[in-house]
Amino acid sequence: MFKYLNPRRFYYAVGRKKFLEFILLAVFMLFFYGPLMYMCIMAFGNVYEVPNVLPQEWGFKWWSFVFSQKSLVSSIVQSLVIAVITTICSMVLCIPAAYSLARFRYPGRKIFMLSFLLTNAFPKLGIYTSIGILFYKYNLMGTLPGVVIIHMINSMMFMVWLPCSAFQSVHRQQEEAARDVGAGPIRTFFQVSFPMAMPGIMVATLYTFLGSMEEAQGTLLVGLAKIKTMPVEMYGIILDYPGQAGAVFAILLMIPAAVMIFAMRKYIGPEAIAGGFKMK
Amino acid sequence: MAERTVKLEIRDMTKHYDNGDGVEHINLKIYEGEIVTMLGPSGCGKSTILRTIGGFLDVTSGDIQIDGNSIVKLPPEKRPTAMVFQSYNLWTHMTVYENLAFGLKLRKIPKDQIKADIEKHLALVSMTGFDKKYPTQLSGGQQQRIAIARSLLLKPSVLLLDEPFSALDAKIRQQMREEVKKIQSELGITIVFVTHDQEEAMALSHRIVVMNKGKFEQVGTPTEIYDNPTSKYVASFIGEMNFIEQGGKTLAIRPENIEITSEQADIQGTIRTIMVLGHYVEVNVQYGDLVIKCFVDRNVSDHLNPGDSVNLKFLKKHIFG
Repeated sequence: MFKYLNPRRFYYAVGRKKFLEFILLAVFMLFFYGPLMYMCIMAFGNVYEVPNVLPQEWGFKWWSFVFSQKSLVSSIVQSLVIAVITTICSMVLCIPAAYSLARFRYPGRKIFMLSFLLTNAFPKLGIYTSIGILFYKYNLMGTLPGVVIIHMINSMMFMVWLPCSAFQSVHRQQEEAARDVGAGPIRTFFQVSFPMAMPGIMVATLYTFLGSMEEAQGTLLVGLAKIKTMPVEMYGIILDYPGQAGAVFAILLMIPAAVMIFAMRKYIGPEAIAGGFKMK
Repeated sequence: MAERTVKLEIRDMTKHYDNGDGVEHINLKIYEGEIVTMLGPSGCGKSTILRTIGGFLDVTSGDIQIDGNSIVKLPPEKRPTAMVFQSYNLWTHMTVYENLAFGLKLRKIPKDQIKADIEKHLALVSMTGFDKKYPTQLSGGQQQRIAIARSLLLKPSVLLLDEPFSALDAKIRQQMREEVKKIQSELGITIVFVTHDQEEAMALSHRIVVMNKGKFEQVGTPTEIYDNPTSKYVASFIGEMNFIEQGGKTLAIRPENIEITSEQADIQGTIRTIMVLGHYVEVNVQYGDLVIKCFVDRNVSDHLNPGDSVNLKFLKKHIFG
């Protein structure tokens, strides 16, 4: 059995090209999944000290530690609440904008589209600092609406561009046909245009949700450490507790993202994402 | 024919676009159970008229009436018209059945009746059994059949067809054309049809409206328009026509109305080419700088050779000033 794992035998069995590809893949996998695996091992190691490759003692010690910390559990709830609010607000604001950009021709349309790129072109820290001046004026510092606004600014580009191209792929005749058989403009939007643009909208929503879940910088600055989401708590944990607690927390952070991606796997593909960046 | 009722009337309708294009002073009466075709090159305004009837364009001035009631102020969903577009008629996120049922559900028709109606209309367009398919699983011709069925299901006062077959292959186009004519005669429905294909217009219509640059050039039955074109434009647009300038006037002669003889006749020329096109033969005759096209029988062309000097007799001609 083990003689088949002999690299020489393997090399001649599959040929040089395949062998090199295999090596490349193995290195890539190690790079990609190595840290992830290390994190998983660490999360389940009660005692894990330097010279050892594997933990000296396995167990759920750090899991129970994380769940016993009130602030950590409440940060999970806080993160989910903010992500849901951000996603809903962003949909309500951006989808009508995306529809109008897709359907109507008016001056300044293209510049408006490109302006969303600006928020991503400058260093975020600069934007947050200047926003801080405004936020202090309107008493938004350290409040939930303030953090939601910061998260929405980050997601706007996706939330406008992707649905816009999705709406452009709905043909005008399809909307006109709906009007023709007796649907009013609002019914036409909700029963024809919106469902037909659903894949693009779904991808954008996912980005917004996940983006909000992992946003730390802006939340920290604008939330003034009063709004404690999971990534914000993470900073503290990394500084204050052993690595195992951080690993447990990182796994917890991954769960919502993994669940969302799995639920929407049908809609997520290179085409759907690339399609959103066509400027028409 | 007995006294016919006017179904659709367009009264002095004008539609200007922002760029200055559009149609002006359109007057037309369409009778119950009639197929009227708007025929013209692209950009002549034929689709503009159809879209104003359907409610997808507002009019600058004038009125449109169906059964004597003005519809010009109504949005498309309130008009008793149904439209079939050139393409992208169907909603791809719904099955064929859901596509067909959409308008009926809005009218609060009971489920059983919707089901029965849809089955009947699927049979009418020869698409029985396709109700669970999605539009993307159908060919272009099948999609148009479903679109026509969807429009017919709503029992519209006037059915509007906007070049519904122009995206289809020639063979399927001919088949669809024949089926529309059959369905129309079964149901007795009034149809306004828009096309740039003169053959399609001739084959399908009771009356043809030939349009040019936003104006009506001639309105008449296919035979009237073919036999008695009132302008040079109509003469050139419908069928084949030879034009000869003579003393400031233009003579227009159809290829089938030319007789090739050895006797003294209208003009004399030299045969360029002889082409057998099946049951008839196309003979091209050089006359000065012009090439005159003649359609003759095989028994005539058998005695002819390229290079022969022949006389052409015009059996029927039109003169335009």
